[in-house]
Amino acid sequence: MQLSQLRLEPRESTPLWLAAVAPLGAIVAALILCVPLVSWTGVSPFQSYGVMLRGAIGSGFAISETLSRATPLMFTGLAVAIAFRARFWNIGAEGQFYAGAVAATLMGTGLITLPPILMIPLILTAGFLFGGLLLLLPALLKTRLSVDEVVTTLLLNFVVLLIVSYLVEGPLKDPSALGWPQAVPIIDQGTFPNLLGRSHLGLIIAVISALLIWLLNDRAVLGYRMKAIGANRIAAQFAGIPIDRIILATALLSGGLAGMGGVSEVAGLKGYLSLDLSPGFGYTGIIVAMLAQLHPIGVLASSIFIAAIYVGADAMSRAANLPSYLADVIVSASLLCMLVSILLTRYRVRWK
Amino acid sequence: MNAESEIVLQLSQISKRFGRLLANDQISLELRRGEVLALLGENGAGKTTLMNILFGHDVADSGTIALFGHPLKDHTPRSALAAGIGMVHQHFTLADNLTVLDNVILGTEPLWRPWQNRRAARDRLMQLSKNFGLSVRPDARIGDLSVGERQRVEILKALYREVKILILDEPTAVLTPQETEALFATLRKLTQSGLSIVFISHKLQEVMAVSDRVVVLRSGKVVATVQTAATSPAKLAELMVGQPLPKMQREAMTPGQPVLTLNKVTVTASDDRPLLENVDLRVREFEIVGIAGVSGNGQGTLFNLVSGLAAPTQGTIELYGKPIAAPSPLGMVQAKVARIPEDRHTTGLIPDMSIWENLILETHQEPGFSQHGLLKREAAHEYAADLIQSFDVRCPSPDAIVRLLSGGNMQKLILGRVLSRNPKLILASQPTRGLDLGAVTYVHQQLLNAKARGAAVLLISEDLEELLSLSDRLYVLSQGRISESLKPEAVSVRDLGLMMAGKPGQVTDAA
Repeated sequence: MQLSQLRLEPRESTPLWLAAVAPLGAIVAALILCVPLVSWTGVSPFQSYGVMLRGAIGSGFAISETLSRATPLMFTGLAVAIAFRARFWNIGAEGQFYAGAVAATLMGTGLITLPPILMIPLILTAGFLFGGLLLLLPALLKTRLSVDEVVTTLLLNFVVLLIVSYLVEGPLKDPSALGWPQAVPIIDQGTFPNLLGRSHLGLIIAVISALLIWLLNDRAVLGYRMKAIGANRIAAQFAGIPIDRIILATALLSGGLAGMGGVSEVAGLKGYLSLDLSPGFGYTGIIVAMLAQLHPIGVLASSIFIAAIYVGADAMSRAANLPSYLADVIVSASLLCMLVSILLTRYRVRWK
Repeated sequence: MNAESEIVLQLSQISKRFGRLLANDQISLELRRGEVLALLGENGAGKTTLMNILFGHDVADSGTIALFGHPLKDHTPRSALAAGIGMVHQHFTLADNLTVLDNVILGTEPLWRPWQNRRAARDRLMQLSKNFGLSVRPDARIGDLSVGERQRVEILKALYREVKILILDEPTAVLTPQETEALFATLRKLTQSGLSIVFISHKLQEVMAVSDRVVVLRSGKVVATVQTAATSPAKLAELMVGQPLPKMQREAMTPGQPVLTLNKVTVTASDDRPLLENVDLRVREFEIVGIAGVSGNGQGTLFNLVSGLAAPTQGTIELYGKPIAAPSPLGMVQAKVARIPEDRHTTGLIPDMSIWENLILETHQEPGFSQHGLLKREAAHEYAADLIQSFDVRCPSPDAIVRLLSGGNMQKLILGRVLSRNPKLILASQPTRGLDLGAVTYVHQQLLNAKARGAAVLLISEDLEELLSLSDRLYVLSQGRISESLKPEAVSVRDLGLMMAGKPGQVTDAA
């Protein structure tokens, strides 16, 4: 059999150029892989990709659209990256995102009125706490009772969505919304100022968060311990690192970041909480984090990349009448190609 | 056997490269009918790679294999079996939930035949068992058997397939001395019946006892092929290491104050099975206390207990005369207990992290390495660079990833991490397992030096030679129970073996 002739041998070290080129190569490979599918719709792939590129970054408006689409992904991507680095499998960023949005709605729709300089930090903090505390529940179940967090975090997403559904149909429903199930809008003092087009303060907060997490990972005792637990839990425990406490801290940070993402989306872009606030930002955050190989700065880049594909695909579908679902295919293909490229940076392929 | 015997297997100029490592470099050897050929070499010398190539797991980059004069092509484990090569791996490949008989016939019968010829199979198995002195119970489940019995099943499995060449990879690593003797007797019977055996080992005494010829491998090359009768252990050791080994300096000392005391300690598993039962143990300053035993008899629990991972169900542990209320790994580190775990990769180190990160694993929360929640990276780097130098760790830099180091260098990292803190108690489990001779000597010397400084050393090991040469006193652990304190000079290896098997004073029909 031909396949048995293909062997993977581990590399002793990854050359720097390879580590740099591999992600780009993966993206190029994914775009090439999608060429047949794009061609099938009857439009030249060059033309479609051209429209897509222009639609994503071809104008000031396009760039601002891409950045505002990337902002929530940055938050959920960071949330997933920080948890996965400690091997705490948080699949629930979607739920924590909504929890943050609920917190922003509770605090920011007239309950308290403060000047923006205080109002914005207040709703961000509330969102952080709501998201973090929501994830603390699965974390406690994991550390106390060894309940698998993949299951609990995933299922909590649906619980949260049902609660949000109740809130926007009931207690938080905006009476002036002509019957639409959406919550009362955030007051002006809590609304994020815009930067360029529809991109807003949330982007800056996301970038600062990424830098802080980078610092945490690289310099702080907590980041070191999280890495140690992720890389070898048994050795970390043997060395005296308090595993449970670190897992809980990781959960608080991870859920908190996703929660801030929800605040940013409500207070920065949409203005109010509704059930279609997130088209799966929490789940896409997993892809973002994996593409970034869990590096916080990489999360910024991969968020922008994925956002660009979605925004570009929207433009493509308007211009060339292509289904925008192509974006999902391209994003998925990129993830698969990225996984292969990660494999290739660690192993070399040998034919024998 | 004699030099005129037929050559059954010939390896010519075998080379195999893994990345930058040349695991096998132009290896040539021949195996004659009816002989035991020992393949001697340290870990990493290329023994396992060579045998994996022979058995078809790996493909050589160059070189040829000839079986009974015919060259082998497109080699796979299946074709190796068909050609009459059998291999008993260090880690057995038996199905725990099946019986001995099922394991033996597994894979020898056509898949789609509705019935099995079990009676004939059983008769053949019993015949083989009788002929070669390999007693087994055909209807026992593998999961219920001891390690020695499982090994006999593995050998029978190969014989049942009518192998002509049997490869044994470190077969004695898990056996008591008596079981080893019995194995050697079997091997002699097998060669008398015309089988040829390749015996892979790094234990000199065993190679001397069982083999006809010895091929010595070093760094992937054949450095010597000698008749066993014409050589000596010292000569072989020198060939294996490439230089004469330094002599260890061991002095008798007067023990001081007790450092570690276990009073009637019992530990039970979650299903109430006793892991340790009524264990009394004392380790004092200036002494090395050895714990002998076949693994799985409570050593792991004893190690966890003293390293802070487990607490006694009954009884007390005292450190420096004070009982430990709530044992924890961190508590033990802070109480100056140096812990050297059995498994470097999973317990001792984090292979995917750098050397400096691993070296501060136990101490990063101390003011020397962190302040206000931030690591002092420069201090940690300097500390790592110092340890790398003083413990002679071969590595490119403190930033190197631990996974890339050799086993000996990994062990030096652990030693450096724990011994540089001047520990009062050293707990070492299998500290030299898988290390080459040079590194073994180094580890032993470090333990002796620590003892000379006044540390108490508790050494858990399966290597009797190691225990007898280092320990001032010995205990034997068998089925969770501990023996009286023994003097190494007053106890024979044979008696130790019996105690390890849990039958003190009995004479077995082994060997």
